[in-house]
Amino acid sequence: MRIGVLALQGAFIEHIHKLQALGIDTFEIRQPADLQTPCDGLIIPGGESTVIGKLLVELQLLTPLKNAIQAGLPVLGTCAGLILLAKTISNATQPGINTMDIVTTRNGYGRQLGSFNTVATFVGEKIPMVFIRAPYIQKVGPQVEVLGEVEGRIIAARQANMLATAFHPELTDDTQVYQYFIDMINQQDQRRVV
Amino acid sequence: MTENNRYALNKNLAQMLKGGVIMDVSTPQQAKIAQEAGASAVMALERIPADIRVAGGVARMSDPKMIKSIQEAVSIPVMAKVRIGHFVEAQILQEIQIDFIDESEVLSPADDKFHIDKTKFEVPFVCGAKNLGEALRRISEGAAMIRTKGEPGTGDIVQAVRHMRLMNAAIKKITSMAEDELFEEAKQLEVSYEAVKYIHENGKLPVVNFAAGGIATPADAALMMQLGAEGVFVGSGIFKSGDPAKRAAAIVKAVTNYNDAKMIAALSEDLGEAMVGINESEIKILMAERGK
Repeated sequence: MRIGVLALQGAFIEHIHKLQALGIDTFEIRQPADLQTPCDGLIIPGGESTVIGKLLVELQLLTPLKNAIQAGLPVLGTCAGLILLAKTISNATQPGINTMDIVTTRNGYGRQLGSFNTVATFVGEKIPMVFIRAPYIQKVGPQVEVLGEVEGRIIAARQANMLATAFHPELTDDTQVYQYFIDMINQQDQRRVV
Repeated sequence: MTENNRYALNKNLAQMLKGGVIMDVSTPQQAKIAQEAGASAVMALERIPADIRVAGGVARMSDPKMIKSIQEAVSIPVMAKVRIGHFVEAQILQEIQIDFIDESEVLSPADDKFHIDKTKFEVPFVCGAKNLGEALRRISEGAAMIRTKGEPGTGDIVQAVRHMRLMNAAIKKITSMAEDELFEEAKQLEVSYEAVKYIHENGKLPVVNFAAGGIATPADAALMMQLGAEGVFVGSGIFKSGDPAKRAAAIVKAVTNYNDAKMIAALSEDLGEAMVGINESEIKILMAERGK
């Protein structure tokens, strides 16, 4: 299995280290030439969503990545990655991939003083979660499965091949989110074989 | 619910800024230009370092009202500077919910002996350092992020390069030391044994390390990234240049693709006038010598 990590800005190396610890091959995506090699999954990391969105457009990565996701490439978006996957941002207008049927609120918990960590349920398991100037999901479409909530707000969801978390699984020692994403990729493979 | 660990959360915010460019801005208008150009954060200050040099006198924290107007203008994190040791300026910035405080040698120091005890604050601090000893002392005082001091407001990269190389060399030296040599190294650096031991075991600082001071071109930014910086601050280099929006966007892309000479060559074309710049031998005040 080989997973590409979008490495335009933000905490991409943390994702790469987590994947490597799980024995998964990784590569960084910084420009279209990096997409020439086979890829089983994609991670869009945390960082500043305005920066990553702008660079996606200017480095001509937006269209190929959007096409790949729409064709079924499994993708995990964390924090800024969630914002980039969302079809709608309730409080901003900015470029994004816009493939996932969710409405998100940027900086949903305010500025840095609103950042927090907690332990909450993700797909039935209690895991540590770190929220840094995080968004939350305000609304989900009918095809979207809610995978976690914190104090009544949706903070993790899945729609087909797309998985998004408002928190940062790359910043804790827990691997639940990665295991879930790897299972998604494996199921996809089985489907392809069938 | 676990207890919130502010220091860990603050170091995490610095991680989110990595691979990005933090730009000095003086007005909401400039802040919007910076965000539009791809800044991962902005530093709100009344006068950029180049103008502080020209104006002379005492440089202080900016007017909170001006900082708030910038907070309202952009969605990215907003930083602001306080004078070294001026913990009341820092209390004020925390009160207006700043995302990051820069305890900065660019402003006139308020205390010639003590830095702010940053462990007493909920918001994160970034501090300048020109060598490993300074970096580790600032971290032990609670800094969640380090940047090279460079020489602000000059457009001259030589000091930032010197500071980054000094830090890297000191880290490499410590990683190759025998364990029983670490005690003496801690004494020499005037830092704790634990700090030196961390470097010995991890080969890097325990916090994110950016480059700052004198970055004026995409090539300067890529140079600092290739030397090991995890991101860059650009102060006077953008809004003292001929075409700020274009230059800012070019520097952002150069930081993302810092190893791609072909792309940086293309980015460096037609940027208009760079800031004029002053050589380090021509300047009267060495800001980097403030706060050790």
